[in-house]
Amino acid sequence: MIAIGPDPIDLAALIAAVGNPAHGAICTFLGTTRETSAGDDRIVEALDYEAYVELARADFEAIAAEAIQRFGPLRIAIVHRTGRVALGEASVAIAVGSPHRGAAFDACEFAINTLKARAPIWKRETYRDGGTAWIANTPA
Amino acid sequence: MALRVLAFARLRELLGFGERTIDLGSSATLEDVWTSLTASLPEAGRMRASTRFARNGVIADGSTRIADGDEIALLPPVGGG
Repeated sequence: MIAIGPDPIDLAALIAAVGNPAHGAICTFLGTTRETSAGDDRIVEALDYEAYVELARADFEAIAAEAIQRFGPLRIAIVHRTGRVALGEASVAIAVGSPHRGAAFDACEFAINTLKARAPIWKRETYRDGGTAWIANTPA
Repeated sequence: MALRVLAFARLRELLGFGERTIDLGSSATLEDVWTSLTASLPEAGRMRASTRFARNGVIADGSTRIADGDEIALLPPVGGG
């Protein structure tokens, strides 16, 4: 399952998508929106995500394929929201199903780190004082 | 030749468009697209070092030659997750 769009994230749907009776582990990651950014004490009132959807979808597919190459047979779901995301809600979700937990943890971490480093998605914070800023990711 | 240019996030704001069709001479490169769009916009121009290009949905470097009908995307530093 690969998805990019405005709908709230349904983690149960990701878990269902990676389920496999031959697997003994499902590892999930949810990234949730925070009310402050590192090094900035302004309070965030709202977050908006923008994506180059076609390229981001292709990149998620590539990340899934790279994860399988590195960590062996597994099933992976990656979902990212676009548009306004309320504080505390999930903006990104990843689920990895694998025969054993080690590969599931490793592939999940690899997927979120790779997504944050390169996927064509952008985040704008709007602050309580009315200001806005585009926030670039820093290396993990 | 005609190109469709997509700009995202901060670059979309600085360039004043999210999508625009432009005309450039033949044998132009992605770098030429950047130069033509940012020549009069120094704040956008300063983002060159941190901006990646995509040509027809594939990341490409500035020396890549473009062709009529290409879709060119200008990608500032990403912030997904």
